[in-house]
Amino acid sequence: MSTNAPVINNAIEVHGLTKRYKNLAALSEATFSVPTGTICGFVGPNGAGKTTTIRMLLGLITPTEGSAQVLGFPVSEPEKYLSLVGAMIEGPAFYPALTGIENLRVLATMGDIPQERVSELIDLVGLQGRGGDKYKTYSLGMKQRLGIAAALLPNPQLLILDEPTNGLDPEGIQEVRDLIKKLASQGKTIFVSSHLLSELEIISEYIVMLRKGEVVFSGPIGDLLIAQKPTIIVKTEVVSDLEKVVAIAHAAGHPAVIRHGEAHIEGPHEWAATLNRSAFEAGIVLSQLNPTTPNLEETFFEMTGAR
Amino acid sequence: MLRVFLAEWRKLRRPVLVLGSLASSLFFTVLVTVFMYKNIDNPQGNADRGTSIGRPILESASGSITAVSQVGLFLGITALCIFAAQSAQEYTYGTLRNLLVRQPARLKLLAGKFAAMKSFALLIAIVNISVSIAIAFSLSDGAKVSTAMWFTSEGLAAIGRSSLNIFISIVYFGVLGITLGLIFRSPISSISIGVIWSLILEGLLFFVNENIPKWTPVSQFNTIAAGGSADISYTHALTLGTSYVFLGTIVSAILFAKRDVAN
Repeated sequence: MSTNAPVINNAIEVHGLTKRYKNLAALSEATFSVPTGTICGFVGPNGAGKTTTIRMLLGLITPTEGSAQVLGFPVSEPEKYLSLVGAMIEGPAFYPALTGIENLRVLATMGDIPQERVSELIDLVGLQGRGGDKYKTYSLGMKQRLGIAAALLPNPQLLILDEPTNGLDPEGIQEVRDLIKKLASQGKTIFVSSHLLSELEIISEYIVMLRKGEVVFSGPIGDLLIAQKPTIIVKTEVVSDLEKVVAIAHAAGHPAVIRHGEAHIEGPHEWAATLNRSAFEAGIVLSQLNPTTPNLEETFFEMTGAR
Repeated sequence: MLRVFLAEWRKLRRPVLVLGSLASSLFFTVLVTVFMYKNIDNPQGNADRGTSIGRPILESASGSITAVSQVGLFLGITALCIFAAQSAQEYTYGTLRNLLVRQPARLKLLAGKFAAMKSFALLIAIVNISVSIAIAFSLSDGAKVSTAMWFTSEGLAAIGRSSLNIFISIVYFGVLGITLGLIFRSPISSISIGVIWSLILEGLLFFVNENIPKWTPVSQFNTIAAGGSADISYTHALTLGTSYVFLGTIVSAILFAKRDVAN
């Protein structure tokens, strides 16, 4: 395996990448890049093609069309770059009858990685005292931690994590977030998919968003959020009045919908005062009037139509 | 490939797997060896399907290893189950993706795994042969079987030759297990199909046409372990058995190298 990776601007570059299974396109002409040394969130509803993309980047499945490069090497030659890549794909997968330590040793032996690294990582992911127990006795959170340890084994330049916080408690989620930030500060590139969009919003600098196998956005997360229209979120004392609030918004030319007992109205924050006045005149009592800029979660739902 | 070999041995050396494999294979080896010597004068026979293996054969240079040579099928099925399980479980556990990230050269990975499993099969063969010879030696006095020829140079050569045949047979069964494991990607399916074929279907085919076993794989592997039989010559079994193994290896290599790893 090569350790002489070329100097590159993008750790991942994908051009027109497509994977078709008979008539079904799991991924369709995806094009995006992940700059070196950044944390890039990879989001999309279930079945959007995230795991298929990750598997193609790791040489596990062959693209039908298009090309992709990882650390400057084409995905058709995974032996040239995988020694520099750590990955946890679709949750942790280990041998149930082996201990956590022994599972990591299998992979360390396979990848010619010093065995001392195993105990370092067991400590790093908080599995001290349980590394000698069989994997089948682990809780979901412990399995997840072992999966992260396995991904970190080669001290990777690029770390690909698929749902790394799945099954972790809040403390564990925060630890993983801190770990990802620490690794990024060391110059590593992190490509992380997660359904915890609020977590991704905190740590990611870049974002790639998929919907039904197509890339709907890729770029700096700031660009995505700035492009979103400001929203006013309204709650009424009487729930049935929400329809009247939406009608007032529509009459003023502002698109509005009701979601989860709230009216979401597109419009500048200054218009909130006008809306308040109009509602009062219509005999509607507002219990909440919150001008806001959409966060990643709201943007995600809007762009992917996942709600 | 050495790294894959060593990594595979980390899985194979589990006490449950080692002791379980030895216990299941030794069960048949001990049973057949004891039965052969304790029933040496039984008119209903003392070997497979009521055949008799008398003192002239047991007192010959290859007498020490005659009993274990008759257990080829059971040793082979043990290997078939282990090889099939070790191959297919990578798919069911989803661990193949981890292995391929650390060793992307798929044929190297397959070759290393195969080499490790072959060495495991060698361990099983050596232990079974040694135990069978030891039991045969301890029972020889009671059965009035002379062991004078067993450990002469001719006898040791026969032990070496028969051990090699048993080892080849076990490995050939193992290749059948790997092929089934990679085709079905499920330990339960691959083991059940392998065992049902070996123990039942090939036997039934004999009743359809008694010439069919001359061309079926398990009969060839079994005949190799026994060093030839009255119906199938050793050369025929080795040639045809090797052809089956070659075909199985090609199928395994293509499936392993080309198939998407989507689980």
